[in-house]
Amino acid sequence: MSTTTMSEYRVDPVSGLKINRTANTLVKWNAFAAVVFLLVGGLFGLGVALTRMPSVQLLSPEIFYMALTAHGLVNLAVWIIFFEMAVLYFLGAHVLGNRLATPRWAWTQFWLMLVGAAMVAVAVLGGNSSVMMTSYVPLTAEPHFYLGLILFAVGALIGCFVFLGTLVIAKREKTYSGSLPLVVFGGVTATIIAVFTIVSGALILIPTFLWSVGLIEHIDPMMYRVVWWGFGHSSQQINVVTHISIWYLISSLVFGAKPMSEKVSRGAFLLYILFLQLGSAHHLLSDPGLTSAWKIFNTSYMIYLAVLASMIHGLTVPGSIEVAQRKKGLDTGLFTWLRKAPWGNPIFSGMFLSLVGFGFIGGITGVVMSVEQINMIIHNTMYLPGHFHGTLVVGTTMAFMAVTYWLIPVVFQRKIALAGMAKWQPYVFSLGAWVFSIALMGAGTMGVQRRHADITFAGQPLAYQYPEIAKGLMDIGEIFGVIMSVGAVMFIVIVLASIFTGERIAEDSAPWPKVEDADVTFEKTGKKHIGIWGMEAPGTFVLAMILFATIILYYFINFKYLSTVWGMS
Amino acid sequence: MGTSYTPPTNPDWWREPIERTEMVWIVLSFTWCVFMFGWMIGWHWIGNQNMSNETYKTTPEAFSQKVADMQAKYTVRKDEATGEDVVAPPPGSDVYLAGMMWQWRPILEFQKGKTYRLHMSSLDVGHGFSLQPENINFQVYPGYEQVLNLTPNKTGIFSIACGEYCGGGDTMGHHTMLGRIYVKE
Ligand code: HEM
Ligand SMILES: [Cu+2]
Ligand SMILES: [Cu+2]
Repeated sequence: MSTTTMSEYRVDPVSGLKINRTANTLVKWNAFAAVVFLLVGGLFGLGVALTRMPSVQLLSPEIFYMALTAHGLVNLAVWIIFFEMAVLYFLGAHVLGNRLATPRWAWTQFWLMLVGAAMVAVAVLGGNSSVMMTSYVPLTAEPHFYLGLILFAVGALIGCFVFLGTLVIAKREKTYSGSLPLVVFGGVTATIIAVFTIVSGALILIPTFLWSVGLIEHIDPMMYRVVWWGFGHSSQQINVVTHISIWYLISSLVFGAKPMSEKVSRGAFLLYILFLQLGSAHHLLSDPGLTSAWKIFNTSYMIYLAVLASMIHGLTVPGSIEVAQRKKGLDTGLFTWLRKAPWGNPIFSGMFLSLVGFGFIGGITGVVMSVEQINMIIHNTMYLPGHFHGTLVVGTTMAFMAVTYWLIPVVFQRKIALAGMAKWQPYVFSLGAWVFSIALMGAGTMGVQRRHADITFAGQPLAYQYPEIAKGLMDIGEIFGVIMSVGAVMFIVIVLASIFTGERIAEDSAPWPKVEDADVTFEKTGKKHIGIWGMEAPGTFVLAMILFATIILYYFINFKYLSTVWGMS
Repeated sequence: MGTSYTPPTNPDWWREPIERTEMVWIVLSFTWCVFMFGWMIGWHWIGNQNMSNETYKTTPEAFSQKVADMQAKYTVRKDEATGEDVVAPPPGSDVYLAGMMWQWRPILEFQKGKTYRLHMSSLDVGHGFSLQPENINFQVYPGYEQVLNLTPNKTGIFSIACGEYCGGGDTMGHHTMLGRIYVKE
């Protein structure tokens, strides 16, 4: 039985979205919490970066390890997952013109996550829980460190079920007809993976909590890592699925584009659901006690089927933009569609930088470093932070920022304040993040270790000196880390200024100018075909082939280098 | 007609043919995926750098005993920098290296081109064996004894840093953890 009355909803006159007010409030609070935590995590990141800069070395080791633990947890878990909760509620309620299932439970999600995060913060800032976000046993943190993480995870799990319940309501009350929209399908994919992720997290964190209070005698360190990465790895795939859904969303919002093929895009999401979890093995490649057969099967996601999925999305998203642009009349040459894209619009520029950066920086390096043998010359060096800032920051965080620019007028009903700054923000942030990631990977290739408070081994009789180039790369990388922090602060200032002081947008007026469906424009032109070489998206194909050539080249360069080190068997 | 945030306009969307750009890309990508899978397996035969699959259960006590026995048998000299024993086990023999907060011990000496059975384990928390400047990295845990057949192909002084965060503070810690391997002709 539906108790819906008109005043529970408002209609966005541009996108036509029917927006439920309660759901909207929850989207707002989760997104707001996310952005505040990004600021906190970003400041810790700045401290960490200035310490890893050999010419600065800001923090003492003890503070450094505390700050690094805080930075990893706040950014990786708190910023990202609060934002994902906002995205899930948006997909289930706003996109489907629906109300949220049990708003009361949704609030429970919000408060549990907040209380959990606060408990972890108290533990970490207390100084006795500098165990890094991975908290590998037998390193010990205080009990409320683990308990806080558990509460946070339970909150997120509740959020997942609220989203699934919301879909059930939409189906029952027929707020949409036919199949779920692609982006919501992406949301379902993320949620399925999230449930698996959180269950793995519970399986390892609950025993570890009991161990920390003395109720369990022993936890095997190897077993801990296997289960922990079932949690740690899968959670990264939630991020990937979510930011890919955002790419698809923005392509439609900005260009009036539709997916090139629903079948292909959905099939690729399905590959994630089926094979993603196997990938947690790539964190265990240099561990003892696991066989090569196990490692090869799993690290490759069974013949790289989840990698295939990412390669597919990497083509279909820009491909759908190209098709839309060509249909709208930019059907000349290879790249006219791209040159004439709205590069001054941070929603688009942020999304496109996220897409290209994620593919070339995070993607290529991820595939290469998860080769069983290559991993030996990369594992736990600075290459790792280089790689995952290439996925999490260059890709996920940039995509989340881009969609926030679209959401503020629609959800918060405020115009973007400081629009001039917003225009530049994606470029500043991406410039910082790209060079930071690449320079760190360079230093890692030369052996510089991650999570080291002092790169010089000062005062040690057996001290080792890294090559000067490696130290130079650390300096350069961290300078760009500072630029990336500036980009993050710009984002936060824009968001806060917009939601607190931005010009209000009246209920029935348009948050954004109307974008015409590319197919509608195309029909008016009377043309039948677009593209060249019998391809609708030849420009995208050329870009994809550049990625393809780069990955092959980089793959063999690494094997060449591997073949020169000490023999091992 | 349609967008990514509205239901597909064609209810039979799964019957729509796949456009050429996508089809070619999927075929190419999948071929590369299969190649990479095969190459990773093949490197176990064509490559000289592979993980070892030999691991035993042990305890910190048992492992430190093995280290001590080896040290008693094969110590050849004192190290100039630290005054500690330098241990030079014969080629082909079992060599024991222990990670502990915050050092790798003992200091070892190998011959270039000879193969050693390097046993690694930890006496306390997890550590990371990180050989520099070769940049070879492995996880090392208490309770697990991994055996790696190692063949140095260069001479010189090699350092072992720690690749897994293992605690510590301002004076000593993860970032000061070191060991050393000398390789001579
Ligand atoms: C805003 C500017 C940022 C700067 C300057 C920065 C800098 C750094 C640096 C220097 C490290 C340390 C590497 C090491 O010594 O091992 C690090 C680690 C890390 N960063 Fe960032 N980062 C930033 C943003 C982010 C964001 C947005 C995320 C996630 C979305 C993130 C996730 C992580 C994670 C997970 C670690 C690993 C922590 C660990 O080893 O336990 N960072 N970051
Ligand atoms: Cu260590
Ligand atoms: Cu360590």
